[in-house]
Amino acid sequence: MNKKNNNIAAQGVDFTVIWLYGILVAIGILCIFMVEYRSGTDWFASFINGKTNYSKQLIFAGVCAIVATFILLTDSKLFTAFANLLYLFGILLMLATFVLGKNINGSRSWIPLGGGFNLQPAELCKIFVALALAKFLSRQEVDFTRLKSQLIAGAITLAPAALSILQHELGLALVYFSFLIAMYREGLPAQILIIASSFGVLVVATLILEPNVLAVILTVIAALLIFILRKQIKKKKRILTLIVTIWLVCVGIQRFVVPYIFNNVLECYQSTRIYSMVGKEYDCSLNKKAMEKPGNKPARKPDDYNVRQSKIAIGSGGFMGRGFLKGTQTRGKYVPEQHTDFIFTSLGEAFGFIGCFVFLAIYLFLLYRIVRLAERQRSTFSRVYAYSVVSILFFHIAVNVSMTIGLFPIVGIPLPLISYGGSSLLTFTVLIFILLRLDADRQMVLR
Amino acid sequence: MPVFNQSRSRVIQIIFAVVFIAIVGQLINLQLFSSKYKLAADNNAFYRKVVYPDRGIIFDRKKRGILENTISYDLVVIPSEARATDTAALCNLLGIDTATYKRRMRDLIFKNTSVKPSVFEALLTPEMFARLNENMYRFPGFSLNERSVRTYPYNVGAAILGYMAEVDTSFLRRHKDEGYEMGDYFGRTGLENTYEKVLMGQRGIKRYIRDNKGRLQGAWENGDFDTAAVAGKNLYSSIDVELQELGEKLMENKVGSIVAIDPQTGGILCMVSAPTYNPNYLTGNQRKKHLTEMLYFDPRLPLLNRTLGTTYSPGSTFKTLVGVIGMAEGAIDDQMTVSCSGAYFGCGRRMGCHARGTFTLKPAISKSCNSYFAVAYRRILDNPKLPNRDSSLSLFNQYAYSFGLGRKLGVDLPSELNGNIPTPGYYQKIFGKNWQSCNIISNSIGQGEIGTTLTQLANAMAIIANKGWFYTPHLIDSIEGGDEYGLLEKFRVKHKTRDIPEFVFEEVHEGMQGTMEFGTGAYAKVPGVVVCGKTGTVENAYRGEKLKDHAFFGGFAPRDNPRIAIAVMCENAGYGATSAAPIASLLIEKYLKDSITGADRKAKVAQISNMNLIPPQMKRKMAERDSARAASSRKASRDTTEPSTEEEGRATAYMDFPDPVYPPAPGKPAPAKLLVHPLIAEDPYKRNFKRNIPA
Repeated sequence: MNKKNNNIAAQGVDFTVIWLYGILVAIGILCIFMVEYRSGTDWFASFINGKTNYSKQLIFAGVCAIVATFILLTDSKLFTAFANLLYLFGILLMLATFVLGKNINGSRSWIPLGGGFNLQPAELCKIFVALALAKFLSRQEVDFTRLKSQLIAGAITLAPAALSILQHELGLALVYFSFLIAMYREGLPAQILIIASSFGVLVVATLILEPNVLAVILTVIAALLIFILRKQIKKKKRILTLIVTIWLVCVGIQRFVVPYIFNNVLECYQSTRIYSMVGKEYDCSLNKKAMEKPGNKPARKPDDYNVRQSKIAIGSGGFMGRGFLKGTQTRGKYVPEQHTDFIFTSLGEAFGFIGCFVFLAIYLFLLYRIVRLAERQRSTFSRVYAYSVVSILFFHIAVNVSMTIGLFPIVGIPLPLISYGGSSLLTFTVLIFILLRLDADRQMVLR
Repeated sequence: MPVFNQSRSRVIQIIFAVVFIAIVGQLINLQLFSSKYKLAADNNAFYRKVVYPDRGIIFDRKKRGILENTISYDLVVIPSEARATDTAALCNLLGIDTATYKRRMRDLIFKNTSVKPSVFEALLTPEMFARLNENMYRFPGFSLNERSVRTYPYNVGAAILGYMAEVDTSFLRRHKDEGYEMGDYFGRTGLENTYEKVLMGQRGIKRYIRDNKGRLQGAWENGDFDTAAVAGKNLYSSIDVELQELGEKLMENKVGSIVAIDPQTGGILCMVSAPTYNPNYLTGNQRKKHLTEMLYFDPRLPLLNRTLGTTYSPGSTFKTLVGVIGMAEGAIDDQMTVSCSGAYFGCGRRMGCHARGTFTLKPAISKSCNSYFAVAYRRILDNPKLPNRDSSLSLFNQYAYSFGLGRKLGVDLPSELNGNIPTPGYYQKIFGKNWQSCNIISNSIGQGEIGTTLTQLANAMAIIANKGWFYTPHLIDSIEGGDEYGLLEKFRVKHKTRDIPEFVFEEVHEGMQGTMEFGTGAYAKVPGVVVCGKTGTVENAYRGEKLKDHAFFGGFAPRDNPRIAIAVMCENAGYGATSAAPIASLLIEKYLKDSITGADRKAKVAQISNMNLIPPQMKRKMAERDSARAASSRKASRDTTEPSTEEEGRATAYMDFPDPVYPPAPGKPAPAKLLVHPLIAEDPYKRNFKRNIPA
């Protein structure tokens, strides 16, 4: 390392990821351009003026390039050294939003920086959590098989999530659950993931099926299990108890927990969105939170306008797409928030299935590349961090794309490196380039 | 570091792959297998604008346009951009109050959103357009949009040209694949209706992209896929507009109709249904008001085309046909004589007659002797060559049918009636199997069950003029650019009557010429032209009440090489010789000599046109309607200014019929003036009132 001081930044850096990063940012600016473009206007002039979102995004990209260069120029030890401090700083920032927060689109999660720029601490906090988690798991005294360590790791990741929920940013809060993937890699028992996903299936089933029908189905499954396992049950009474307990828990969740979550934990609009996903109406008059706010709008019909328009835009692309700048849905501004959360629709409409497929392939390639980087690390810190990065990326991509094509309820999660927005772009840039810096030093053992 | 749990790396990669495959699966579903999204996107984003071509123009026989297009203007507003408008000034110009303005705005926003242009005031009058155009700068958000509107430069031919109406759902159902949309107009009546396919042209379609609020963003693909509008084809009609004008002028203040046909071609020269109305009244923004007025409140039914939409007993004009058929069948000959003492008693009851003396066929036609034709008709029916009266009547009817009676002629106007030629079966039902010729003797003089439209009568005259052949009467001679749909083919077919020798027609011509020279039509001579004619005076009753006779005239001129066949009818006008015959003679003169010359003839035009022959029962109803309105308007406007003297003068005609139902309210001054007040509604029938025709 010390021998080649002159070229420290380029030493051992994985250029594949940098290329992929560059391609994706370029695609992002192009997509924003498609959304903003109006025929008949002098796009070049407005581009130079810097008034449009695509020129702003280009400025953000420039800033990110500078930040990335700085990160590559730093020392990897810096990150291990400052990980906990940064985490504390992040939590403080998030708390600060409650005091300084600016209300944008109904959530007070932004801190105004002046000059028209706003900072969303919850975005930045992902980096800090990733570092903090990596720091914690790489400590030699930590044995991740122990429940205590698992709980501490969980607390580290879920603290910002809790704060996000308090800021009414459900989407950002959900992102923190993606650290489960990184933790799983580090030895979190698979049962937790299985139970979590079973819970998910049960919730969806509760939404789709009538409560009584579902109860009957669960009972039938339990009865069948008892019937099949009757010989084992004769030997071990414990199995019977287990089955009955699981059955009771399932019915309890279906009967009481799910309605409680929808009526008391989630906001009215969130419940509505989730219900409209499965094609049902949610009665907002049941919602406690909606009832508590007297000035709130009265219950209204489920609003699946966004999803419908988004599906129309993507579906109308067909196999080959309508062509660059020829998307009628995009030109007509039918898809709301198309330059941020629904940016994927402009791509889907203009370039069709082919375009989407290639685009997703680029993403998947990036994910697999990062997984490969992660596996070649010598230090746990780097590996955990890399897995955190890939988890966050994967979660963003999967949720964002799924919501635009109607596979997931709408939550405000941007598409990494593509969606318009400085905070988001900067966060992912920093995430990826810290990873590259750590990867460049993969021979070192960092703690 | 020891790398444990490395297998979980695989698991994670598999999870990634599975999720991406799920996403790709949904993409395949959306983009490759669901056509509905593409459709939905097109519905969202394309705005199909229909470009209306100009409708075809209708020309008269001398290529003068009698139905043309003109530009009218709509005041269009985009409510969201109209906030800075000087509302008070605009209301002042339009003559509405601000409350109306606000209500209309609210309605438009409700119907059509505030960002799309809507019509605020349709079809501005030229004066209103000029006034608004000067002041448009004060009304941001408002604009003047032009649109093509029908106009009738000569103000004539309302009944034949027809009017346009908005399509309704039943029309759309019937014409599913012809590209009509809600809000389109189509020809509801007259030639507009018959030749709709040709006149409407081909609509063009422009495609625009619109945004989520419905605002247009520009043409789609630079308009490469737009189709251009093809203008409607022009029609060349056989109408002589000057003749039509004269006919309508002569029929003023009368109820009846005129049909003149060119016997050589079957082309209709003029077709007047009185009372008529200024056709321009059904194009402007007052269209609805005028239509309602004429449809529901005018007892004279001005929208009824009396030339083929009503049937009448043709009266004595039918005698010509009885003569022709009798001669053709050999039931009578030119030597047969009948003596008449003023009435016919052959059937046991008296049938009155106007003439006394002894007649052969020719003078019988000239003097319109009832007895002669009663005898002739009975001889036709009691023909010994045929087994019974049923077959005789059938044979008679065969002749009648071949003269175009009893069935639709196929004139190129909608809602033509069949007329009625009674069949033997009909009489068997009434009089039993052994009915006698005396039972139906009224038919001999064109009364009884015989019913014809006036067009059929004119056509019969053309057949007599031609000595046994005719072309189906029609208004349109040719279509610009060819008869694509074969609409005119049936007018090119020469129809022949049953075989009738020429001398039979010569005999009848002779008699008809006598009518004009010394007979019943002598009053209606045309100087210098040999006219053949026949008058008719038809008894009639309405709901059991015997009314004044209908006046008829049928004829043609000149006798040799006839150029015009004409039928005139005035309802309840008394003798045919006093109203119908002179009208016909003036029209014949106008057509053959191209103008009416001579002071006495011109005076006659004025005299006939001023003659008020509105049937008394209609007058009574009109008076009732007017006084009912007077009563209500009295209540509504106690202190409005008195009506002008002009209205007073025009109303005098109705003053002769004091209103029995609504006596003037006691204590009210000047009941006469109050009576005339609502007669403003008579305006639609005022002649030569040019309107809506920009210079």
